[in-house]
Amino acid sequence: MLSFVLMLIAALFFTGILIRTKSLASGRKGPGIFQPVKDVIRLFKKGAVYSETTSFIFQIAPTIYFSSVVMAMLVIPFGHSKGLISFDGDFIFFAYVLSLGKFFSIIAAMDTGSSFEGMGASREALYSMFAEPAFFILMGSLALLTGYTSFQEIFYALHLGSYISYALAILASFVLVMIAMIENSRMPVDDPKTHLELTMIHEVMILDNSGFDLGLILSAGYLKFAMYGTLIVNLFIGTVPYGYAIPAFFVIQCILAVIAGLTESFMARFRMNHNAQFIVALTSVSLLIFFGVLLISGKFV
Amino acid sequence: MTVILSFIIVLVLGMFFIPFLSCKKKAVVVFLVVLINALLTGYFAIQTFFGKTFQILLPGSSVTGPVNLQMDALSGWFILIINLVFLTGCAYGIFYMKAYQQKRNEISLHWISFLLTYASIISLCIIQNSFAFLLAWEIMAISAFLIVIFEHEKITTLKAGMNYLIQSHVSIVILMFGFIWIAQKTGSYDFSAISLYTSENHGFAGLFLFFCFFIGFAIKAGFVPFHTWLPYAHPAAPAHVSGIMSGVIIKIGIFGILRMISLIKTDYTTIGYFILIFSAISGIYGVMLAIVQHNLKKLLAYHSIENIGIIGMGIGLGCLGLGNHNPLLASLGFAGALLHTLNHALFKSLLFYTSGSVYQAAHTLNIEHLGGVIKKMPRTAFLFLIASIAICGLPPLNGFVSEFLIYNGLYQFLQQADLVSLMVIIFVLLALVMIGGLALLCFTKAFGLVFLGTERKKLPETMKEVSVMHLTPLYLIGFFIVLIGLFPQWAMEILKYPVSCLDGNASFSSDFFRGLSKTFLQPIGIMACGFILLAGLLFFTRNKLFMHRKTETGPTWGCGYVASGPKIQYTASSFVRTYSKLFAAILLFFRKEKKVKGIFPGEACYESQAYDKIENALIDIPVRAFKTFMGKFTFLQNGKLQFYILYGILFIFSVICIPLMYDKIVAFIEFLKQV
Repeated sequence: MLSFVLMLIAALFFTGILIRTKSLASGRKGPGIFQPVKDVIRLFKKGAVYSETTSFIFQIAPTIYFSSVVMAMLVIPFGHSKGLISFDGDFIFFAYVLSLGKFFSIIAAMDTGSSFEGMGASREALYSMFAEPAFFILMGSLALLTGYTSFQEIFYALHLGSYISYALAILASFVLVMIAMIENSRMPVDDPKTHLELTMIHEVMILDNSGFDLGLILSAGYLKFAMYGTLIVNLFIGTVPYGYAIPAFFVIQCILAVIAGLTESFMARFRMNHNAQFIVALTSVSLLIFFGVLLISGKFV
Repeated sequence: MTVILSFIIVLVLGMFFIPFLSCKKKAVVVFLVVLINALLTGYFAIQTFFGKTFQILLPGSSVTGPVNLQMDALSGWFILIINLVFLTGCAYGIFYMKAYQQKRNEISLHWISFLLTYASIISLCIIQNSFAFLLAWEIMAISAFLIVIFEHEKITTLKAGMNYLIQSHVSIVILMFGFIWIAQKTGSYDFSAISLYTSENHGFAGLFLFFCFFIGFAIKAGFVPFHTWLPYAHPAAPAHVSGIMSGVIIKIGIFGILRMISLIKTDYTTIGYFILIFSAISGIYGVMLAIVQHNLKKLLAYHSIENIGIIGMGIGLGCLGLGNHNPLLASLGFAGALLHTLNHALFKSLLFYTSGSVYQAAHTLNIEHLGGVIKKMPRTAFLFLIASIAICGLPPLNGFVSEFLIYNGLYQFLQQADLVSLMVIIFVLLALVMIGGLALLCFTKAFGLVFLGTERKKLPETMKEVSVMHLTPLYLIGFFIVLIGLFPQWAMEILKYPVSCLDGNASFSSDFFRGLSKTFLQPIGIMACGFILLAGLLFFTRNKLFMHRKTETGPTWGCGYVASGPKIQYTASSFVRTYSKLFAAILLFFRKEKKVKGIFPGEACYESQAYDKIENALIDIPVRAFKTFMGKFTFLQNGKLQFYILYGILFIFSVICIPLMYDKIVAFIEFLKQV
């Protein structure tokens, strides 16, 4: 329950901080950090325009996308307090329920019959496929290290002891940050602020959404960012008491947002055809973590 | 005994009356026969779940020895799946075959072989005698061949059928080899002889025997590299037959493998690794080829190979559990495999039936030509969507439940595995995750291009939704898909009986899933229900809000380009272009190209066709080599009458002379020996 509330709060300002960082870095004052939330509220009040080509898929997809993100948030723990629900193998559910949301956003994009949205849909399907192995192997290594198979138990049992484990924690947070970037369609894989439809992934898929539906999609994106941030926070705060853990949560979330903003300000997006290689490289990083865990647990004889 | 007799009498009566009835009544009679027999066998199958094993000892003949018929929970589980798929398939077939009313004789043959297939598959599940088993296997192979080649006037259909027939006979030869070996060693055709022999002869003999049976059954099940018949036979058959083939006939291969695991007592760990690696490769290879297919049914056929791979992973994990004396892993693995068998039977048959409806309405299954079908056939599209989500293994539907079991087995096994098995586990884990991701790509493509957007080529004006009665069996399958997804713990309750059969430990059923509580899958169900509630509530609120708001419709945003037509849409090839470039090493494309040349270019075209690399290497190249070799003897058959008379004379001459010369030849050989 605690994690859910914290994520909701973090989602309020995360994207705002990110955008603010970007504007400061480019020498502008920029909008207030709650501007994204205000945008969403405005969208919720609006009517909508639908394409003639679309069917009921286009109508239900944003709702399902949003619900899938909310369901995924439910299993995320915070330190030693469980998520709303916790069970063996909940991280499998986490990854798959997010895939369901993606499935619907992809077919909704196909529903419009636009070539650009089809292009985005194709890329989204391919990249998310490549990102998944990294997540599963990372969770597998953590499960091997701790001997548990649910988010809460894994994070609770995760102790940072030796030098190797520090190295592993850094690698693991790198993998999680990168997965978060891919899942949220940010740099260096996707550029949300690009002006050309040909080079977009996620943004081009929602070209035809408007009003309430667009609001849902945007707010799902904010929630997703906060959710991955919480996962990364969890790597470090296993047994820390709440008095320190909650401030640490907000500090780490802010740092993540700033890092993401800075990356987007000072880095160019990868070339589209290099993206796949980059994402596959993530899998090898998580394999590295796996071998590191083998080293710690003494399975290499 | 009366049970068997009544089963056969109903069947024979049905087959006898079929030729004399009108087209529609034939199908109805077949449906009734299947219904009666399904109720009969289903009753005994359910009885097995209460521990009452159905058993009859037939006297048999002097050749076969006594034939033991036995239905345990494992057979019961498969019989229930078979009944469900055959019933829905038959109900769907009643309407599907209406389009072929003028082919009266073909329809009679079709339905008679349909009944024969049903009866032989049911009997395969209960026969415990290898001789009788092979007979039933042969009946199934031939009758399935007959129902596949219903549209025999098409050359591709006939070729696909022949391909299937030949490969099933290769499978029979291999099975026969295994059975004869056992019979030779023990002098008995009964299945119990197999366990007896293998428990006495440890080591190589048991393993070799298992691999022999595995390959025999794997040809039927469609494991890579024995899958090459499958992508031809499934698209060639009528839709209800494709659904049944994919749902049930290939599962008989799985049943065979499971039965052999329960019978052969050997080194389960080795078998486990072997099956795991085989299945991981099958799974990935199947889905990789599925993505690049342009024919919807062929795409689905390659997906069957993928799902057989997933089932195989469960079986492999179960065997590892048996080998390592880890009952939790064994039950997770086998439960995952058995549940996925049911799940795949459900969603794959639904996919084939819906694509059959699309085919009859649009007269094409080329994904590149279809599009926007959802507006003309919304219910069919909805059912296809349900099945697509389920086959991708996404919650809240049934595919997720079985994959979840297998994932859990993998992660459970991680904790206590040694280095070698860890490598295998990571490989299989990677494969399973990749399969999930690739299936998502594949089914967003299939659903998105066939049903969404606008039509890419002109579709017939008459295209409309099929009738309610036609949809009823499909809704029934959809209902089961959702039911298992929302209440997986119920499926688990039933699954514990067949799983305990495989574990070889009858007392196991009282303490199912040691180490995990009985409500192990309940959270999944709760989450699935919660998801549906949340999405429903949100959608309801949204619609309530929109009632008072202005919503408009307009053209799709064309990014400034106003003259966009259907041709500008993304096509199947473009949707998977990045993918096919990335995996170019594994895929094989045949391209036909006429380039644009000169100042006044003539006609230009480009056509690409995906082909199976393994098929090329394992079937085409050897067959071509064999043909070249045999071609060297064509001079014998030169069409000249004189030569043929000469052959006759030579034959008669040798027939007369060899007996006369026999003594001489023997003497000559003796002489040679002395030298």
